[in-house]
Amino acid sequence: MAIPTDRRYTKEHEWAVVDGDVMTVGITDYAQDSLGEIVFVELPEVGAEFSLGDTFGVVESVKAVSDLYVPASGKIVEVNSALTETPEKINADPYGEAWMIKLQVSDETELENLLDAPAYEDLITQES
Amino acid sequence: MKRRDEHLQTLFEKSVPGRVGYSIPLPEVPEAALPDDIARDKPAELPELSEVAVNRHFTRISQKNHGIDTGMYPLGSCTMKYNPRINEQTARIPGFARLHPNAPISGVQGALHLMHELGEYLAEISGLPAVTLQPAAGAQGEMTGLMIIRAFHTANGNPRKKVLVPDTAHGTNPASCTICNYSVVTVATNERGRLDLDDLRSKCDEETAALMVTNPSTLGLFEDRIDEAAKIVHDAGGLVYCDGANLNAILGVTRPGDFGADVMHINLHKTFTTPHGGGGPGSGPVAMRDFLAPFMPKPVIAEDSAGRYTLDFDRPQSIGRVHEFFGNFGMLVRAYTYIREMGPENLNRVSTLAVMNANYVKESLKGLYHLPFDEPCMHECVLSDKDMPNGVTTMDIAKRLMDFGIHPPTVYFPLVVKGALMIEPTETESPENVRRFVEVMRQIHEEAKTNPQLVKGAPHTTPVGRVDEALAARQLHLTADLLPPDADEERQLSFDDQPKA
Repeated sequence: MAIPTDRRYTKEHEWAVVDGDVMTVGITDYAQDSLGEIVFVELPEVGAEFSLGDTFGVVESVKAVSDLYVPASGKIVEVNSALTETPEKINADPYGEAWMIKLQVSDETELENLLDAPAYEDLITQES
Repeated sequence: MKRRDEHLQTLFEKSVPGRVGYSIPLPEVPEAALPDDIARDKPAELPELSEVAVNRHFTRISQKNHGIDTGMYPLGSCTMKYNPRINEQTARIPGFARLHPNAPISGVQGALHLMHELGEYLAEISGLPAVTLQPAAGAQGEMTGLMIIRAFHTANGNPRKKVLVPDTAHGTNPASCTICNYSVVTVATNERGRLDLDDLRSKCDEETAALMVTNPSTLGLFEDRIDEAAKIVHDAGGLVYCDGANLNAILGVTRPGDFGADVMHINLHKTFTTPHGGGGPGSGPVAMRDFLAPFMPKPVIAEDSAGRYTLDFDRPQSIGRVHEFFGNFGMLVRAYTYIREMGPENLNRVSTLAVMNANYVKESLKGLYHLPFDEPCMHECVLSDKDMPNGVTTMDIAKRLMDFGIHPPTVYFPLVVKGALMIEPTETESPENVRRFVEVMRQIHEEAKTNPQLVKGAPHTTPVGRVDEALAARQLHLTADLLPPDADEERQLSFDDQPKA
């Protein structure tokens, strides 16, 4: 299971890459593997605002529907709307092409709660 | 380009121009033309077949299906029990079956009497005295119950903002909350598979409209601290909604009204043997405490001093109608029949046997299949594919069961158990059938060890093999292009010729 060290993670299996005050968010390899073949994704509108822990969208596989959680509070500045037509990309390339949203982070102190790669690896080892 | 095999053809493809299945005498009066504004421009494209062809078509389709009348159907939380045929007999009594919903009240006293009594029985079974029979299914019952809760809080000055829902809940629970404009706050499950009361306590406040809890839960476990959970919510001024999907486990054993629920829905199509799963429609009556009765849907059936039944529309706080007329009346007749046929002792025995069958399955398979919560279960048990050999998954096990004439259990639910298999044998399976199910499950485990490809490629004996579920969900073009047999072959694309994603 790939866990790149260039980014950070949530307990709900999102990944986050922060560049300046903009955070790019997607779901992890472990998340896509657990969900199985993904058939539908619902993403927010640009401009929508979220607080830490809010759901920003939904991902649906042949097994289950799961909420997507924002890793930090902020405003949506870009959405990967192509994903809604090709949700299978989330299975194929969860860390690359299948990024979901870009979020302008409003409170940088919240980033301290995110897990680094080894901590995330511990988490999924416990779960499985 | 090939034509679809005859056994897959639709009635439209089997159509032969000019063929009819009826004989109507010639008219004795001259034909009159329809006014131009309502006449069709061209004839409707209806299939033309003989009666025997139509009959064989539908009989053949029914034979390809799996239903409770053809084999075991252990679909967890759905209570696919056998539907006694006497229900069909009573529902077809002309005085019920041919009743017009707009008939005058004086002419439908029998029907109102039956509905009134059914409401009383459900009140007794649930421990909640006021009952509406209008909702057409469980999910609509949930919505009705939450609308009543919202109306109650609104009447007290604040509709409140959130509903607490355990992470084991049916997906309809959060959906119903959202429809009723409540936000959903998820409550965690503890290491015993029960509601985490500390988590509940930390999330429950003066903006909590309700706790929405299924008891027994979808893990097949009784919430044995439900009274404490209810107290936490009640102390904050909230109400307790009980999802009655799993009522089959507790008939005459305990009652939601006795363990703290204020309002619940009851799935007649699960617990009370009305048809279910394509044979519907469903029926989801809602039972509640007296203080919520002013908000229930109207009209309400009332009995006057002379013993006549009337309809009470004068209910200013009612949330209004949730279904035209009186709900799915035919289902009410069937459920009434079942309750009267069984009587209190046998209804209690239903739950005892349902719980025994599920525990028999659980105890027989534990050790072989992973059992996430090793606790006595209620009417269903949840296993998982965690320790399966050779990467055999829950989906493979489900498909392989079909080869043995057994409907798959509920799979990948509840979400808190990875690779869940939720098995509900119900009380209507004989000990021989429950034992056979266990034997089949043991055989599948053995096959997973010695011949995993057999399991991974299942089903092998059904009319259609392993379907591509992802493709089916991604490509929502579910209809065939219907063309008569003599149509241009180039245009005769059908669903098996569609491009793959």
